[in-house]
Amino acid sequence: MRSRTPWPLVALAVAAVLLFALPLFGLLVRTPWSGLGEILGSEVARDALWLSLVTSLGATIVALILGLPLAWLLARIEFPGRALVRGLVLLPLVLPPVVGGAALLFTFGRRGLIGGPIDELTGLVLPFSTWGAVLAATFVAMPFLVITMEGALRNLDTRYEGAASTLGAGRWMVLRRVTLPLVAPSLAAGLVLTWARALGEFGATITFAGNLQGRTQTLPLAVFVALESDRDVAVALSLVMVAISLTVLVALRHRWWGAS
Amino acid sequence: MSGALQARIDVGFDADFRLDVEFDVPPGTTVALLGPNGAGKSTVVAALAGLVPIDRGRVVLDGVVLVDTEQGLALPAEERQVGVVFQDYVLFPHLSVVENVAFGLVARGAGRAAARRSARNALPEFGLDGLGDRKPAELSGGEAQRVALARALVTQPALLLLDEPLAALDVTTRADLRHLLSDHLADFSGPRILITHDPTEAFLLADEIYVIENGAVTQHGSAEDIRLRPQTPYAADLAGANLLVGEASDGLVTVASHRLAIADTAASGRVLATVHPRAISLHRRQPEGSPRNTWRTAIRRVEHYGDRVRIQVGDPLRLTAEVTPRAVDALGLSVGDSVWVSIKATEISASPE
Repeated sequence: MRSRTPWPLVALAVAAVLLFALPLFGLLVRTPWSGLGEILGSEVARDALWLSLVTSLGATIVALILGLPLAWLLARIEFPGRALVRGLVLLPLVLPPVVGGAALLFTFGRRGLIGGPIDELTGLVLPFSTWGAVLAATFVAMPFLVITMEGALRNLDTRYEGAASTLGAGRWMVLRRVTLPLVAPSLAAGLVLTWARALGEFGATITFAGNLQGRTQTLPLAVFVALESDRDVAVALSLVMVAISLTVLVALRHRWWGAS
Repeated sequence: MSGALQARIDVGFDADFRLDVEFDVPPGTTVALLGPNGAGKSTVVAALAGLVPIDRGRVVLDGVVLVDTEQGLALPAEERQVGVVFQDYVLFPHLSVVENVAFGLVARGAGRAAARRSARNALPEFGLDGLGDRKPAELSGGEAQRVALARALVTQPALLLLDEPLAALDVTTRADLRHLLSDHLADFSGPRILITHDPTEAFLLADEIYVIENGAVTQHGSAEDIRLRPQTPYAADLAGANLLVGEASDGLVTVASHRLAIADTAASGRVLATVHPRAISLHRRQPEGSPRNTWRTAIRRVEHYGDRVRIQVGDPLRLTAEVTPRAVDALGLSVGDSVWVSIKATEISASPE
């Protein structure tokens, strides 16, 4: 028996699709196609593109170096306060990024909790520097890597690692030749997600690192500024972000929708 | 004794389950740990291999102390010379057959290229020629088992552990693999431990059997001891099955010149026929009925096990029948008496030897 088409549901679903599709269409309609090359070649645009690339990749690398060990500990080791740590990892996902940025400022700012001592000891000032932009992006993006990898490591059959150790493999060789290759697909997905989140970061960056062209002004910040001054630039830069987002979706489609 | 394994293992998982076993395995001997699922057999493998810690106990292999809890000593898994064929094989799915076999050689310090060469050279011995570049997902169950065996043996361990090595295979493959396994066990000079819940496997491959139930050894002896004198209901039930080796053709199995009718008319060649003791009936007079197999013989032994009695009958086929004490009383069965044996053809299962 065929079920009857539930028209009221279809109408609402179409409205939902339009909600996603129309803004994209609006952006494409408004795009100054002829001047696109010139706009994207401008100094402001090139600076923003370059900074976005540097800070998002920097944040991804820091997230990998710090987040992977954390994911491993959360997945494999029973320790007191594990639930608390897991909660802390999730916090940046639900916290408004602006609040995260403010928190970073009060902590790593020149007169912040540990920003002052860092400044005195090393002369490194994080706020309003490119390093600050990396830190802000890491803060909001690292949870994606930790969550993805904790799940992957938890689901990995530990008997593979056991078999490797009975064959004489030490901890490092087990990690390198068994654990990491087996979680490689998840690691790739986690890295892409982390990178995409870092690339789109706005609130924490503008609060903590400011909006200095060539130093902390990433693509989203440049779009925000350009909306006030030159709408064509804003649209062109937005289009770049859309293209990047679509690329990420295509790259990860198998993970989200299964093989198709 | 050099090369031998002495193990005393005590592991408590929770208040409900504790594994506490002790056994010695001389070099060149295959010991089977036979028991029902959940008896703690796989934990013995994990404990000997160093994959789970032991609460109390001592394990010595070839003069090397692997574990001594009183001295707080426990060698990590990678420093033990223990080869393991895991249940379901646990082959590395991302590595080819050659890389799987070479893994242990690389881990023990051989160069990558040299390890791969040795691994490839070892493949024919395990019937794996031409499969070197396959991934585990592209192997049949029998092939995967042989890769697991090759991977464990190629590092020349001092002890070989086989955890249900044939359980994942179908009946025909199982017979072939049992022969291969038997050959490799014979070539391996160290102690070997076979974990199994299948009494046939234990009887055919092991020199000595330890029956493990609820985390403890309940009986220890040769296959013959356990088959003829089981000491627990489990052993009687599972290990007490009658095993006969014979030649099958046209629905008949010839065992020591005695012919048994079987249901499977397709079986041919050397077969292993098994009959459960409960499937064998004893009669005072010649029975008339559907059972295809009836013959006259004498009672050799009568043993009481609570609510069951095991009666062994003599030539031409030494079989054990299981009956109730009431039946024994009603028929007045005792040693030396003449009885008729009957077995339905459908109760005899024949599998290739």
